[in-house]
Amino acid sequence: MTQLLQQIINGLSLGSIYALIALGYTMVYGILKLINFAHGEVFMVGAYTGYYSAGALGISAYEAQHRDFPVYLGLIVLVTAMATAALLGVLIELLAYRPVRNAPRLTPLITAIGVSLFLQNAGMLLFSPNPQRYPAILSEVRFEFFGVIVTNIKLTIFVVALCLMLGLHLFVQKTWTGRAMRALSFNIDAAKLMGIDTDNVIRSTFAVGSALAAAGGILFGLDQITINPLMGVLTGLKAFVAAVLGGIGSIPGAVVGGLLIGLAEQLTAGYLSAEYRDAITFVILILILLLKPEGLLGVVRVEKV
Amino acid sequence: MKRTLLRAAIFVAVLLVIYGLGVACEAGFTEYVQRIVLLAGINVILAVGLNLINGTTGQFSIGHAGFMAVGAYGAAYVGVQLAPVAHRALGTGAVSNAFSFNLALLAGALFAGLSGLIVGLPSLRLRGDYLAVVTLGFGEIIRILFNNATFLGAATGYFGDDPSGLPAYTTFFWVYAWVALIVVLIHNLTFSQTGRSLTAIREDEIAAEAMATPTTRLKVTAFAISAATAGIAGGLFAHMQAGVRPEDFRFEKSIDMIVMIIVGGLGSISGAILGGIFVAVSLELMRDLQQYRLVLYALLLIVIMIVRPQGLLGRRELYQLFRKRKAGSGLESSR
Amino acid sequence: MSLLELRGVDKIFGGLHAVRGVSFAVEKGSIFGLIGPNGAGKTTLFNVITGVYRPEHGEILLAGKDLAGLRPARIAARGVARTFQNIRIFRSMTVAENVMVAGHHLHSASIADAMLRTRRYEQDERALGKRAHELLEIFGLSHLAQEVAGSLPYGSQRRLEIARALMLSPELLLLDEPAAGMNSQEARTLNEQIRFLRDKLGLTVILVEHNMAVIMKVCETIHVVDHGETIAQGNPAEIKVNPAVLAAYLGQEEPNNQARS
Repeated sequence: MTQLLQQIINGLSLGSIYALIALGYTMVYGILKLINFAHGEVFMVGAYTGYYSAGALGISAYEAQHRDFPVYLGLIVLVTAMATAALLGVLIELLAYRPVRNAPRLTPLITAIGVSLFLQNAGMLLFSPNPQRYPAILSEVRFEFFGVIVTNIKLTIFVVALCLMLGLHLFVQKTWTGRAMRALSFNIDAAKLMGIDTDNVIRSTFAVGSALAAAGGILFGLDQITINPLMGVLTGLKAFVAAVLGGIGSIPGAVVGGLLIGLAEQLTAGYLSAEYRDAITFVILILILLLKPEGLLGVVRVEKV
Repeated sequence: MKRTLLRAAIFVAVLLVIYGLGVACEAGFTEYVQRIVLLAGINVILAVGLNLINGTTGQFSIGHAGFMAVGAYGAAYVGVQLAPVAHRALGTGAVSNAFSFNLALLAGALFAGLSGLIVGLPSLRLRGDYLAVVTLGFGEIIRILFNNATFLGAATGYFGDDPSGLPAYTTFFWVYAWVALIVVLIHNLTFSQTGRSLTAIREDEIAAEAMATPTTRLKVTAFAISAATAGIAGGLFAHMQAGVRPEDFRFEKSIDMIVMIIVGGLGSISGAILGGIFVAVSLELMRDLQQYRLVLYALLLIVIMIVRPQGLLGRRELYQLFRKRKAGSGLESSR
Repeated sequence: MSLLELRGVDKIFGGLHAVRGVSFAVEKGSIFGLIGPNGAGKTTLFNVITGVYRPEHGEILLAGKDLAGLRPARIAARGVARTFQNIRIFRSMTVAENVMVAGHHLHSASIADAMLRTRRYEQDERALGKRAHELLEIFGLSHLAQEVAGSLPYGSQRRLEIARALMLSPELLLLDEPAAGMNSQEARTLNEQIRFLRDKLGLTVILVEHNMAVIMKVCETIHVVDHGETIAQGNPAEIKVNPAVLAAYLGQEEPNNQARS
C-alpha cells in the first residue's frame, strides 16, 4: 500500500511534466495538424537554459556553501528559460515551418523531423553529449507520511505545473489571442476570413507551447538530476503519446493524458521492471490507436468530403 | 515456354554479370573501398524498401532501423542455428553456406515483416502521421528489447557461438544479387495495379476508398513488404561485420534512410538507388566530421523540404526523365 | 423494384441535424435528381449512401440489402460509384492510371503475380487498359490518356471523374454537381452523356445539381431537401410549380439565376 502510494505520488509529479510538454504538441497539432517533432528539443533547450542561467546566477557558490538557492533567483531561472524557449519556438516556426505550411502534409512532417534532428545534434556540439548534473535550484527536503516519502521537489513540480496549466486555461479562455487560437483550431480558413491575423496567432501558439515545455525541462532537471542533449527524444515521444491519449487538439486532454502516462510509467517501473518503463508508453499508444483513436477527451473530427 | 526460357537466361546472365563485377571489385579495390561498395548495396535495399511506404504510399515511417534490427538479429540467430544442420546435410562447402545464409536472410525478412504487421495494423487505419510516431516508438522499443535480450547478447550484441563472430557470408555477389532481386520486385510492384492503388492512396485516400480500393489492407501490406525489405538489408549487414549490436540501429540509422529517399526524390525508385549510394559515400567522406554529420543531414532535410521538396528526381524514374519532360512541355504550350 | 431505398435516415454532426428522417426510393434505370438550397444536406446524403459517414438512424438498402456500417470501399465494390463536388482525381497520376485504379474487379492477379510479372498479371493488366480506354473514348478523353490528370482543364477533370467511377462497373452512379463550372455547351453535352449512361449502359443515376437546366431536362424524378428534411418529390413539371420548393429557393437564392441556360 505504501509502495503504491509512493508510486502514485512519483507518477503524478512526472506526469505533470509530461502534461506541460503535451500541451505544446496538442496546441500546435490542433491548429496546423502538424506533429511538431522539434517540441521535445525545445524542452531540452529549456532545461539547458535553466542549467546555464542558474550557473550564471552563481548557483555553484550556494552549493559549495550548502546554502539554499534563493527562490526569487529560481524564478528568474524559470522565466529566462521560458522566454528563451518561446523565442526558439517562434524562430523554428518562422524559419522552418512557415515556408512549408501550405505544402502537402508530408513536407512539414519531414521538416519537423529535420529541425528536431538539427537541435539534438547542435545541442551535442554546444552542450557536449555527456549528461550534466542539474544544479540544485531547490534543495531537497523530505517529508514522510506513514512511510510514504514526499519531497519538496515533487511538490514544487506539481504546484508549478498546476499554476502554469491554470494560467494557460485562463489565457485560452479569457484573452483575445487565446480565443483566436481556439478559432484557428476549429477552422483556420474561416478564422482568416474573419480577419484574424493567423500568422500572429500561430506565432503565439508556438511561443506559449515552447515556454511551457521549457518549464517542463527545468522541472525534469530537478526531478531526474541529470540532463543530456537527447533527453527530448523519449520524453517528447511520451508527451506526444500523452496528447494522443487525451485526445489530440484538446487542452484538458493533454493534462489528463500526461498524468496518466506518468502514472503508467511509474507503476510499470515499480511493479513490472524498470527496463520496460519506456515500453509501456508505446503499448498505450498502440492500444489507444486501436480502441479509441480520437483519445479520451477528443472529439471525432469529420473530414469534409 | 519461350518466355520462361528467356527469363531464365536473363536471370543467369544477371547473376554472371554480378559475379564478374564481384571478382573485379575484389581484385581492383582495397578492402576499405569494397566495404563502402557493400554498404552502398545494403543502403539501396533499405532505400528502395522504405520508398515503397514513404514515397509511393505517402505514409511516413521514421523507425525503419527497428525493422532492420529485427531482420539483422533474426537472420544472425537463425543462421547460427541453421549452419550445423546445413553442414550435416550438404557438407561444409559454399553450397551449404549459401543455403543457410539465404534461408537466414529470408527468416530475418519474415520476422521484420511480421513486426511490420504488428506496428502497421493499428497505426495505418488512421492518418499517416500517426505511423511516424508509432514507428519512432517502435524503433526505440526494439532497441531496448535487444539491449535486454540475454540470449542475443544483450547490450554487447550478438556474435553467434563462434569466438570469431558471425561468418562473413556477405559478399559482393550476395549483396548485389539481393539488390537486383529487390529492385526488380519492388519496381514491378510499383508499376502494377497494386502500385497504382498505393499511389492513389497517397494522392487522395477518400477518393481511393470510393473507387473500391481496400486502403487499409494495401497500406498494411505495403508496410509489411517495406519492413521485410529492411529485414533483408539487416541480415546482410549482420553478416558483414561479424555481429549485431543494438547501437547499430539507433534513430540515426532511420534518419540515414530518410535522407536516402528524400535526396533522390520521394516516390522514385531510381532516386532511392541514387540516395542509397549518396549516403554510403557521404558517410565515408564525412568520417572525420562525425559530430557534424547529423547536423548537416538535418539541415539538408530542412533545406530540401523548403527549396525542392520533390528531391532530385521528383517522382520520376531516371528512364522517364526525357519522356515526361516532353509531355510536360507539350502541356505548357497548349495552355 | 427500386434499386436504392433510404428509410428515415438521420445524420447528426455535433448539434447540427444535417439530415433528418429522409426517405426515398430510386427506381432501377431511372435518373433521379436530388436538389435543394446550399447546405440542405445533399452532399451529406451522398456521403451517407457511400459510407463516408455513418448515419445515426435509418436504413440504406441497395437492391434490398442494408449498406449500413459498411466501409466506403465495400459499398463501392457492391456497385455504388460516385463523383465528388470538389473534384477528387489523383492529380499526379496519368488520366489512364486514374481510371485503371477503379478496376479491382477486373483484376484477379495477386501481389506476387505483379512482382513476378506472371501471365495472369499481364492478362489482367491488358483487360484493365482496354476497359479504361473504352471509357475514356466515351468521354472524349482517350487522346489525353498519358497526360498528368492534374494538368487537365476543369471540364475534362469532371468527365475523367465520371469515367473513373464507371470503371467500377457500377449499377448506381452518384454524380455530385457534375455541371459545376461548365459552360452551357459543356452542360448540354453532359446531359447527353448522362442519358447515354442510362440508355446504353443501363445505369441508375442520382444527380445532385444546382444547374436547373440540367436537372429539369434529364431527371424523371426530383427529390427536394431543405435543412436536411424532405420538402417535395415529383416529376420536373410538378417540382417547378411546387410552392414549398419555390419558397425554399426564394428564401435562399433565385432558382431562375441557376436556370439561365
